[in-house]
Amino acid sequence: MFSGGKDSCLACLIARENGYDISCLICVESENKESFMFHTPSVSEVREQAEVMDVPLVVVKTSGNKEMELMDLKRGIKNAIVDYGVGGVVTGAIESVYQATRVQKICNDLGVECFNPLWQRNQFEILEELIKKEFKVVVVGVFAYPLDSAWLGRKINEAFVSEMRILSEKYKINPAGEGGEFESFVLDCPLFRKALRVKSFEDFGEGNSWRREAVL
Amino acid sequence: MILIVNVCAEKLGYYEFVKPIEDIVGCDFVTKHYLDLSSEDLENCGKVIICGTSLMDNKFVEDVERFFWLKNFGKPVLGICAGMQIIGLVFGGKMKKGTEIGFYRENFRRDFLGLDGDVEVYHLHNNYISGLRNGWKVFSDGKIVQAVRRGNIYGVLFHPEVRNKEVIWRFVDE
Repeated sequence: MFSGGKDSCLACLIARENGYDISCLICVESENKESFMFHTPSVSEVREQAEVMDVPLVVVKTSGNKEMELMDLKRGIKNAIVDYGVGGVVTGAIESVYQATRVQKICNDLGVECFNPLWQRNQFEILEELIKKEFKVVVVGVFAYPLDSAWLGRKINEAFVSEMRILSEKYKINPAGEGGEFESFVLDCPLFRKALRVKSFEDFGEGNSWRREAVL
Repeated sequence: MILIVNVCAEKLGYYEFVKPIEDIVGCDFVTKHYLDLSSEDLENCGKVIICGTSLMDNKFVEDVERFFWLKNFGKPVLGICAGMQIIGLVFGGKMKKGTEIGFYRENFRRDFLGLDGDVEVYHLHNNYISGLRNGWKVFSDGKIVQAVRRGNIYGVLFHPEVRNKEVIWRFVDE
């Protein structure tokens, strides 16, 4: 399952490093921007990522109604099984039992494995691993105090991690954004044939809730 | 030193079912896959934790004789999910089908490594063990047995690494 964010890219990389073949990327495009299940990316951006990974993209559109999302996800995974013969689904879930449980149930019903290689990982350790593996990740959404529009476009680097250590202590912000505090987008990582570049962008929001729509 | 036994046939299973245990134990440990386990590994450790696997990874069942060392081991052992199923099969229990995925409330009828009474635990299994006799005590209510103990061998069907880390700390410290 692929959202274009740092966790799904890192999970995907770990799978490939362990010898698994990435047959396709399943991206759920929810019309509900408050989706309980999914980071709601711009599919046109994810399409660019899939292209530089040389991996086909399966897009599942959903109205975003809580239970319909799950039916739609099941349909998407089923399509991936039929079209690409996938034997397992990899997700970037770290802490969310809500998300992990639902994907586990769907995969179990469909007779395929579900792997969560970041499961229960220390979130600072994840950020450090992204830096070590030379991921180029930018913040494309913020949804919690005290994060504001100044965070949009920020790179995940050592300075970001240092600041997150303070915010995590003071405001209980999850440093990897697992509580939905921020969303990220990967511009480059070892899975990409070449780095992506943001040509232009537009920011939407107010206060502590902002989203950046980028054109690549 | 704790010996952490990886029973995953799938390489990706390590990250989800073994690494979290390595991160929790908080003391010296060594991790070995059950196919690479030597008698020295068992001699050199103080305690053993046998980890779980992904839902469809049941390869360990075919290799259960590789765990017969448990019968005369003597040192403390904690089996988690697949680990509990291995303990159950080694000691004469039967494996049955029973799927539980997600948070469930379980009642622990007496203290089990710090869990007592009504507790929320995380489940991820398609099978469970029943029919353990000869001194095995069951600590949970309900048809699907969640926690068993005989002497210093403990088995839990749920995954304490998700929301009940104290079970692992207690086992390590006891």
